[in-house]
Amino acid sequence: MTPIVTEAPTTQAPTLPAPSRTGGTFTVVNRPGEERKALTKKEIAADHPTWCPGCGDFSVLALYFKLIEKRRLFQEQFVSIAGIGCSSRFPYFVQAHGVHYIHGRALPFATGISLTRPDLHVFVFGGDGDAFSIGGNHFTHAARKNVKLTYVVMDNFVYGLTKKQTSPTSPLGFKSKTDMWGAMDQPINPMKQALAAGATFVARTTHSNPNHVLAMMEAAMDHDGFGFIECLSECVEFYEGAFDASNPRKGGQFVEVPKDHNVADEIAAYRLADQPFPGYFGVFYKNGRPTKNANEAKIIADQRAKVGGLKDWEILKKSFDRMK
Amino acid sequence: MSEVATTWAKQPDTKPKQPSRLKVSEAVIRFAGNSQDGIQAIGGFLARLAGRSEQEVMTFMTIPATISGGASIFQVRIGSGEVLSAGDECDVLVAFYQHSYESHINSLKKGGIVLYDAEHVDPKPEWQQDYNHVGVPISSLTIEAIGGTAKDKGKNLFALGLVAKMFELNTTKLEKLITERFAGKDTSVVTTALNAFHAGYGYTLGELMETFQFMESHRAAGDQVVMNGNEALAYGLLAAGVRFGAAYPITPWSEVMEILRRELPKYGGTFVQCEDEIAAVSMAMGASYAGRVAVTGSSGPGISLKSESISWGVMAEVPLVIVDVQRGGPSTGLPTSVEQSDLNIACYGGHGDAPRVVVAPANVEDCFYTAIEAVNIARTFSVPVIVLSDQSIATRIEALPEPKIQKICQDLTPNLRPVADHKPYDLSSPDGIPEHHAPGTRILSGKYPILTGLEHDEYGHPTASPKLHAAMTAKRRRKLQELSSSLPTPRVYGPEEGDILLVGWGSTVGPIREAVDRYLAAGDKVSSIHIRHLNPLPPGLDIIFGNFRQVLVIEMNDEGLYGYGQLAALLRARFMDKRLRSITKTDGLTWKVKEIRERVKPFLSDFARRR
Ligand SMILES: Cc1ncc(C[n+]2csc(CCOP(=O)(O)OP(=O)(O)O)c2C)c(N)n1
Ligand code: SF4
Ligand SMILES: [Mg+2]
Repeated sequence: MTPIVTEAPTTQAPTLPAPSRTGGTFTVVNRPGEERKALTKKEIAADHPTWCPGCGDFSVLALYFKLIEKRRLFQEQFVSIAGIGCSSRFPYFVQAHGVHYIHGRALPFATGISLTRPDLHVFVFGGDGDAFSIGGNHFTHAARKNVKLTYVVMDNFVYGLTKKQTSPTSPLGFKSKTDMWGAMDQPINPMKQALAAGATFVARTTHSNPNHVLAMMEAAMDHDGFGFIECLSECVEFYEGAFDASNPRKGGQFVEVPKDHNVADEIAAYRLADQPFPGYFGVFYKNGRPTKNANEAKIIADQRAKVGGLKDWEILKKSFDRMK
Repeated sequence: MSEVATTWAKQPDTKPKQPSRLKVSEAVIRFAGNSQDGIQAIGGFLARLAGRSEQEVMTFMTIPATISGGASIFQVRIGSGEVLSAGDECDVLVAFYQHSYESHINSLKKGGIVLYDAEHVDPKPEWQQDYNHVGVPISSLTIEAIGGTAKDKGKNLFALGLVAKMFELNTTKLEKLITERFAGKDTSVVTTALNAFHAGYGYTLGELMETFQFMESHRAAGDQVVMNGNEALAYGLLAAGVRFGAAYPITPWSEVMEILRRELPKYGGTFVQCEDEIAAVSMAMGASYAGRVAVTGSSGPGISLKSESISWGVMAEVPLVIVDVQRGGPSTGLPTSVEQSDLNIACYGGHGDAPRVVVAPANVEDCFYTAIEAVNIARTFSVPVIVLSDQSIATRIEALPEPKIQKICQDLTPNLRPVADHKPYDLSSPDGIPEHHAPGTRILSGKYPILTGLEHDEYGHPTASPKLHAAMTAKRRRKLQELSSSLPTPRVYGPEEGDILLVGWGSTVGPIREAVDRYLAAGDKVSSIHIRHLNPLPPGLDIIFGNFRQVLVIEMNDEGLYGYGQLAALLRARFMDKRLRSITKTDGLTWKVKEIRERVKPFLSDFARRR
């Protein structure tokens, strides 16, 4: 039997939580004299993805690998967290610390990591059902709390893993196994949902434009706060052609957010979000309000200052003295 | 006040009375009024005073389900010897209103004293014979003492003064407690409070025959701290090294989260109020995965919401402490009453074969140590641990020896030292106990662990292999079997063999032991054991059961479809022992010693008949 804590760590163990970081201040654990090269795709790829050939999720995975390579992230600096769904299988395909949690609850799980481990970058992946149906409440609250993490929703407008039921983003009239006469419930607009919830970074991209996906991931990762990306990701099995209208190679149009759009203007962001499909792609909104991580760190700093340099047991002793 | 109870019967009003002074070993005092009267505060003062006087103390209170205005009581039992429960009946009842008088006179011993506010209570002639009635114009005397405006305020301190006089309590210590309580407020607040107290203390209790004095305490002198079970749990978690928690408010659990929210930042930690219990358990699970055992908690309905995640924690082998401060159920049930009806959900409330650990503290002091034990079991065995407290331990105040904090406090800072290789679900470990390397750990082999709820191979990658599912299921079970064999066998209270063994768990330990004390004094062969570890069970229970002719499990839950309470059913399934029978109740109240004795009686007389 091995207790979790054995000896004092050689690496600087994080004190809880440190000031939030804006990219680039992660700890790297090198062996003495070791020169580390950026991880290659070979090193970062794990299991061969179990997705159907042609599934849009492949492209998101490939660009995640690119991001890790380009930004020289090492495995001791990040985690990949997911809920349940085809898209949520993501962590198995990445050779790094990862968690395959339960359906819809990846965000609160990731929040627990983000708030206690400022030395890690937390990436969360999942589907539209995971994010907006079973996890809808968590999406709202993680966004309003402005938890420092990057959340990529691979939106295919359908339930893939459970084989074609209606999803909360399925367009009206979409025929599924549970809406054989066509979907009748107003679909959720992820952009509006994120804006209304108070997300501080709101972006939209599509699997068919790799450079754009990478750019959005980088921007989200560099954002100090809740970085949300809706990435259209085609389910070739159950909703083929859903995103052709956004794919120039399929005769559609990929329209970027207008150059003169003010990302600080929430109302303008709603207007962009209100466009009919395929809509705009790019960063809709960005806001620099403090993260929950920073707010909690401030409370900790204030409270620690109040107890002065006391050791933990001395603080507890003081509490007990008051209970005599 | 057993020793003096018989002398309390009211004497005929003939000759002038001379107050006498009686030594008592203990006393039960009940204050009954409305929630805004500060009843809980008087109880708090008395409990703290007892704590500072090396006396034992146990309290019992009811919180009205409504936010304000409801009837409220606080009962305190102070003794020079061991105090095991809050007491079946009280020696003194302080009644502020007619409704307090009428609904609580039944809890007063025959011959006991009822001290009532003469301006709000009309004593009933038919009760005059049985109880010693002492009317005091509490309301107007309080107003007189502290000035006209503070109508309802201060009555509690006036009553405290009366009681202090009656029991010759240490006024210097009480004044200090009152001053400390209002420290930081305007000095006039302290003065007003002390004025009310002194007015009560100075009042001449003309009709009262005796004053009472507690006998010297036999306790070894030493610092005592006074707190309730929720506080003890919260501080235990802090001592254990927990630095993150997440929860959603619900009575009676909320107090634990409120304390942790206030205290954790001082220790560099955080407590998050979540959108719901599912988020809370998930967030705590995430923090635990991140390297340091975290806590979540709830009561009743909230525990149901956490069950999917708890099964995930079992499957993924992530440590977590889940506190369940039980209340009456099912559903919203009885939010402010006590029940032990969550044992089943704690042990089995999850989909799939999901063995987890369940421990139940026996009293307030045990809450502190159980919290630490739960954390250590969780991290050693990488498993969710449920702590089953209940409303009665949560809200009652006890004085306990101050824990040796410097020795006890743990530092659970995660070890992030690089490792050569790591299999999170290594099947070669004989006891099935995994090692957890938190994210941030560099693994030199380049193979990284995935923690998952899907059945998995040793690295955490999904598999549907029948062999692996069987092997991993066995591994998850085996580590709890390992834990079980390391648990201490509960000690028998009373002789190790006899006619009847009473089995208790959780907060029932006090009244059960008190019942046993009385049996032993009467020469009846009744002993008891208390089970703290409910899943897995400790070893040796079968041997203990074998030394008695009848084993009666005393619980606060329903006897169920087949006539067995929740623990009784579990023990029956485990031991198939016909001697095991069940004594249950579902009135939302703690067991009284008298009730236990009445329910055990038929079994005892059965033995007497057969002898
Ligand atoms: C509590 C719970 N309910 C239902 C399921 C079954 N389930 C798994 S994935 C899924 C929907 C997945 O859809 P989405 O999130 O859009 O992911 P996709 O497969 O499309 O990528 C459902 C209903 C589950 N695993 N857990
Ligand atoms: S079912 Fe659809 S979403 Fe799932 S892997 Fe296949 S194509 Fe992708
Ligand atoms: Mg989907």
